[in-house]
Amino acid sequence: MNEKEAMREPDTSTRRQFLGLAGGAAALGAVPVLTLRPAEATPAMLATAIRNVTGAAVVKIGKVRLDIPPLVENGNTVPMTVSVTSPMTPDDYVKSIHVFNEKNPQPNIGNFYLGPRAGRGQISTRIRLADSQKIVAVAQLSDGSFWQTSVDVVVTLAACTDEVI
Amino acid sequence: MASALINVPAKAKRGEIIEIKTLMSHIMETGYRRTATGDLIPRNIITSFTCRYNGAEIFRADLFPAIAANPFITFFTIATESGKFDFDWIGDNGFTESASAFITVE
Repeated sequence: MNEKEAMREPDTSTRRQFLGLAGGAAALGAVPVLTLRPAEATPAMLATAIRNVTGAAVVKIGKVRLDIPPLVENGNTVPMTVSVTSPMTPDDYVKSIHVFNEKNPQPNIGNFYLGPRAGRGQISTRIRLADSQKIVAVAQLSDGSFWQTSVDVVVTLAACTDEVI
Repeated sequence: MASALINVPAKAKRGEIIEIKTLMSHIMETGYRRTATGDLIPRNIITSFTCRYNGAEIFRADLFPAIAANPFITFFTIATESGKFDFDWIGDNGFTESASAFITVE
């Protein structure tokens, strides 16, 4: 009994020390990574494409929902639905929905213009994805405000842009 | 050559929100693919889609090469009156195609 405890004591302390050191090292390692790639950082093309649509307006997070499979087997045709929370009345409706990507050759996917007669702020289509990447959906409401959401998608078979036929 | 598939409910109640599904047969060549000899295959896509309900535009879309081949687009509208939906697709190389569908609103 005594012997066992005596043996356990140094064991646990070294394990604790080791974990503490490992945790510290991980935290130190994580800091430069975080400063290099903050969560909101998007490649310049994507940011420019969004800026072309929104202008100087502030794009808020929320109201937009982007339904797309998180794991895509074939990037040549990926079903996607964008829905925007809106009463869709003549005074308060979704004006447009814009979808962007991060790593295709072009940042734009589609612009969809709705109106008060749509009844529901929702569209679906099928898209191409050349790589695992982030998809961003931006909606403009009738009051001029912009809302966005983004989803990360993993693509196993990319839509082949360099495919030789 | 090209052909469209349209799905609009034949009948709807006044004020009902109906879903419209459209599919247009088109290669949607991205302009980023190459042939075996290394030549770039020129872009050939549908760039614009519109839907008019008794003449008034209710939905429009700008399409890019990132839209999959045979563009499939669904959207919603409020059934306000009996009449006709006109669908128009416009694309590269002078591509134009149109289709229409009728609805009876009670």
